[in-house]
Amino acid sequence: MSHPSTYVPGSAFERFLDKRLPIIRMGADFMDFPTPKNLNYWYTFGGILSLFLVIQIATGVVLAMHYTPHVDFAFWSVEHIMRDVNYGDLLRYTHSNGASMFFVAVYLHMFRGLYYGSFKEPREVLWILGVVIFVLMMATAFMGYVLPWGQMSYWGATVITSLFSAIPVVGDSIKTLLWGGFSVDNPTLNRFFALHFLLPFAIAGMVVLHIWALHVPGNTNPTGVEIKSKKDTIPFHPYYTVKDGFAIILFLIMFAVFVFYMPNVLGHADNYIEANAMVTPAHIVPEWYFLPFYAMLRAVTFDIFFIDAKLGGVLVMFGSILLLFILPWLDRSKVRSMRYRPAAKIFFLFFVADAIWLGWLGGKPAEQPYIWQAQIATAYYFIYFLIILPLLSIMETPKELPKSISEAVLAKKKKQVEQASAAQPAE
Amino acid sequence: MSATDEVISSSGEEEGTRRDFIHLLAGMTAVGAGAAVVVPLVDQMNPAASVMAMATKEVAIDAIEPGQVIKVVWQGKPVFVRRRTPEEIEQAAAMPLSSLKDPIARNENIDDKEPATAENRVMPGKEEWVVVVGICTHLGCVPLGPNETGAGGEWKGWFCPCHGSHYDNLGRIMKGPAPQNLLIMPYEFLSDTMIKIG
Repeated sequence: MSHPSTYVPGSAFERFLDKRLPIIRMGADFMDFPTPKNLNYWYTFGGILSLFLVIQIATGVVLAMHYTPHVDFAFWSVEHIMRDVNYGDLLRYTHSNGASMFFVAVYLHMFRGLYYGSFKEPREVLWILGVVIFVLMMATAFMGYVLPWGQMSYWGATVITSLFSAIPVVGDSIKTLLWGGFSVDNPTLNRFFALHFLLPFAIAGMVVLHIWALHVPGNTNPTGVEIKSKKDTIPFHPYYTVKDGFAIILFLIMFAVFVFYMPNVLGHADNYIEANAMVTPAHIVPEWYFLPFYAMLRAVTFDIFFIDAKLGGVLVMFGSILLLFILPWLDRSKVRSMRYRPAAKIFFLFFVADAIWLGWLGGKPAEQPYIWQAQIATAYYFIYFLIILPLLSIMETPKELPKSISEAVLAKKKKQVEQASAAQPAE
Repeated sequence: MSATDEVISSSGEEEGTRRDFIHLLAGMTAVGAGAAVVVPLVDQMNPAASVMAMATKEVAIDAIEPGQVIKVVWQGKPVFVRRRTPEEIEQAAAMPLSSLKDPIARNENIDDKEPATAENRVMPGKEEWVVVVGICTHLGCVPLGPNETGAGGEWKGWFCPCHGSHYDNLGRIMKGPAPQNLLIMPYEFLSDTMIKIG
C-alpha cells in the first residue's frame, strides 16, 4: 500500500507474526487507507460489488452440490433444487437475482467512473482491470444462464456461440470447438458448468489486482482534484466502512424485494420449459443486463463494404465493449470530473439515456420501428466515445476547478450556511 | 573461444557465447513444450469420437402431403423435409437469380460454386422435395415453416423469429440478417418414399 504504515503490533503474538507474515499490518493499513473526504454514494458500489461476488460464490458452490450437468438431468435437477432441497428455492433465487443485482451495481459503478473520469491518468490500469472483470462477469453470467437447460438457456447458448461463426475462415471451427459437437449439446453443457464454476475465482483474482491498482494512486473523488494534503483525507475505517455499510443495507433491501416478492420478474417464463432443439421460442431475449449489447448486434441489418451484416453486427457488439479498453486515450481532457465540464456533462446524460434506450430496444422483436431506433442508438454509442469525447477534450472550456478537495467541501458548507441563515427571518 | 567470457569481435559487436546458446535452447524447448501441452488441452474440446461417428438417418416421406413440412433430427440438428405444391414450385422457379441475397447453391450434393437456381436446390427429377438443415444461417435458430407462426414469412418459405430472416420455399435467403441460404446436407433418395440424410 502506498501510504506510510501506522500499525504498531500490540501483543507479543502480533510482534511475532509481524516479523514473519505481516498480514495484520496489511489489513490495518488497508483499513487506515487515506481516502478523499468528499466521496458520495456513487462511490459505494465497489463495496457492494465485492459483497455480491461473495454472495454469488457462496450460493453457487452449494447449488453445485445439487446440480447435475447433463442434458437429461440438468433441467430436472434444477426443479429438484426448487422443490426438494432444503432452502433450495431460496438459494437458487438468491443466486439468479444476485447475478442481476451484480450487474445493476457494476453498471452504476461504471457510469460513476465515466462521469467522474476515474479512468484517467494515473488510473488507466485500474480502469482496464475493471473492464476485464466486466467481460469475465458477462462470460460467467452467460454460461450460468445455460445451466438450467430451459428453452432460453438452450437458444441463448445457440445464438451467442453462433456469433463466432461470423469470423471469416476459422469461425465454424471455433464454433464446433466451443460446442464439442455439431450443435449445443451435452458436451457444451458440461464445459459451461466447469467454466461457470472456475471463472468467479478468476474474477476474484482480478478484483485483488483491481483493488491493488486502486491503492497505488488512491481514489478519485467528485471534484476530480487529486489529494493535496492530509487535510483532504479521512481514514477508510470507520468513515467509509460505515458509509459503504449503509449503502449495502439499502441495496440488500432492494435485493430482498426481488428474492422474496418477485424472484422471477427478471427472468423469462420460457426458461421453465425444458430445452428443445426442434423448437425456437418466438422471441429469444437474453437476460436484461445483455439487452443493450444485443440491440447493437441486431442493429446492423446491412452489409458494410465487404463485411456482411452478420459479421458487422458481431463486430459492433464486441467493439462496443472493446472501446472501453481504450477510453483513457479517447477522452484526453485534463479535467476529470464532469462536474466541471458543462458540455461533456450533457453528452454524458444523453449517453446514459442512450444505454437505457438500447436496453429497451434489445427486448423488442427484430422488426420496424425498433430496427432504425436501434441503429440511431448504436450510432450515438459509438459517436460518443469515438468523436464527442476526443473533440471535447480539445474544444471544451471547463469551469474553474477548486484548488483542493478541502476548498470545495468548505465552499459547499459555507453556501449551505448562508442559505440557511437567509431562510431565517432577520431580527 | 573461452566458455565464460563475453567475446567481442573486432567490429565491437557481441558474439554469441555458449551461455546465450543455452538460454536460447532452453527458451525454445520451453515454448515447444508449452505448445505440446496446449494442443491436447484445446483439442479435447473438439467433438469426441462418439460424436464424430457420423450418424445417417433414413426418413420415410410417403406420409407428407403437398404443402407440408416435417422436421427430423439429424446429428442433433433439425432437418426440414418439405413437399412443395405446384404453385410453390412455380413461384420459386420464377425468382430471378439477380434478386437473391446469396447467389451460391449451398448444396453439398453438387459443386460448391454452382449458382442458387431452383434446379440446384433440389434433386434432379424430385422438384417437389426440398430437404434443408433447419438452422438459420444467421445465429442458429430454427426458422418457422408455412404452417407455423408467421406463415413462413413474406416468401411463404421459412421465417426466423429470432432476428427476422425470410427464406423462400427453396430455403434461399431473401431478406434479413442471415448471410447464406439454408444448407443442403448430403442426402439421397433410396426410393420414392424413403430418403437417407447424411
